[in-house]
Amino acid sequence: MSFIANILEEIGSCIILFLRSLQYLPTLFRQKMRLIDYACNIGYATFPIVAILSFFIGAVLALQAGYSLSKWEGAKQYLGSIVGLSMCRELGPVMTAFLLAGRVGSAITAELASMTVYSEVDALITMNVPPPRILVMPRLVAAALMMPLLTISSIVIGWFGGMVASKYVTFIGLNPAIYWDSLKNLVDAKSVSDGLIKAEIFGLVVALVCCNTGLRTKGGPREIGTSVTHGVVFSMILILLLDYFVTKILM
Amino acid sequence: MSRSITTLSQKAVSVDIKQLCKRFGSYDVLHDVSFSIQPGEIFVIMGPSGAGKSVLLRCMIGLEKPTSGKILIEGLDASEQSTHQKLITSMVFQSGALFNSLTVFENLAFYPREHGAYHNKNELTEKVFYTLKILSLEKAAHKYPSELSGGMKKRVAIARALIMEPQLLLYDEPTSELDPTSSANISELIGTLKEEFGVTSVVVSHDRDLSLSIANRIALIIEGKVRILATPKEVRESQDPVVQDFLNPKIDIHNPRFRKTKENL
Repeated sequence: MSFIANILEEIGSCIILFLRSLQYLPTLFRQKMRLIDYACNIGYATFPIVAILSFFIGAVLALQAGYSLSKWEGAKQYLGSIVGLSMCRELGPVMTAFLLAGRVGSAITAELASMTVYSEVDALITMNVPPPRILVMPRLVAAALMMPLLTISSIVIGWFGGMVASKYVTFIGLNPAIYWDSLKNLVDAKSVSDGLIKAEIFGLVVALVCCNTGLRTKGGPREIGTSVTHGVVFSMILILLLDYFVTKILM
Repeated sequence: MSRSITTLSQKAVSVDIKQLCKRFGSYDVLHDVSFSIQPGEIFVIMGPSGAGKSVLLRCMIGLEKPTSGKILIEGLDASEQSTHQKLITSMVFQSGALFNSLTVFENLAFYPREHGAYHNKNELTEKVFYTLKILSLEKAAHKYPSELSGGMKKRVAIARALIMEPQLLLYDEPTSELDPTSSANISELIGTLKEEFGVTSVVVSHDRDLSLSIANRIALIIEGKVRILATPKEVRESQDPVVQDFLNPKIDIHNPRFRKTKENL
């Protein structure tokens, strides 16, 4: 029972932190350098790993689907549609969010947790600088700006990875023109926008949960490590839960 | 010193602590603590570790809310954040609490920048270097906190508090973990700042030398209660055995304190 109460309490504190951070949005222009710094960290620095992961996910997806479809005559021509839809509706947003949680979320939690444990957050409060204003709000905005860009990159690179696999794997051997035609036939603007809506929600959730976990850390160095694990795991669980419900709503 | 950091419109503030109690769970940290601090005074709160000194300081700066009782700074409730926006209060943390990702210069420039105090960049740079010069820290301006010694960290923390032009400056164990010379240096600094800027200073410490040399008055807190509140001379001459034992503890390895019962202490 206390486990459920703890989860509800944590979700509640995330919502409160989100609302408190939103009230500092008007100070965003004054914090433009901080925003650029966070955006670079979230977007630019995360891009290489997103690109590598997406390429291989697209390629493996094409490989697996191609292997199964090669058993039926003419079924391979639908490979582009399968990879295209899977990447933009599901794999692109979810995998990018997971990477964001692992790479950026863990760093956010570690930084804020150590600031909390070593009284830096208390120092901010005594300076009349609300922690949500400079530690949370710019990170949320940076995540909101960068997540769609990362996701669209992930989707396109995944499609490309699928095309490379379907062309060069001998038992598939699909002409790229057929692959792209099949992809264009089924992937419409709504599929892409649905993926981007999901990505935006996941990005905000990762940034918010990791900031909240960091700021709620109490104790010493050991608790910083525990918080990092907790922040990443909790945001991944929320991504999976929200993925189901957002998909249902967007249908 | 040719000019003061504080502006003329700001004056030192008084602090009134009224029947303050602070409880964590079932543990009473502070019990019915009451005293007043005069404007411009250096008030030292002494006591053994775990006596509740730092908790009292955190209540004064608004980081902890009292369980009951009140702390009034110039008549305003210290537990309200608005009080610390109207009156400038500042705290030097025991660990320094410097921002580790920022250089010493950036640590000092942080408060004025966040509050838009200086629109002219040169003016801010001048102000930061002036404050660093007071504390002989000019050469450390572009170093990170991790590159500083313990004594320098404490001085940077004081400089960062001072640049806020506070009316009430709280120090939490400013000489802990320092060698005797650095402790004396910090003690002299706290005493000098009071003379230079007239700020009300509240120092939490168990450093006997610091307390007896720079305090206007001392409160000794034992187990969450004020045991004695007097001038350094009166505290030194107190006949209370607990006070004397705290100030001049005798080391007796044949009859150690940890083997004595509470009644025999």
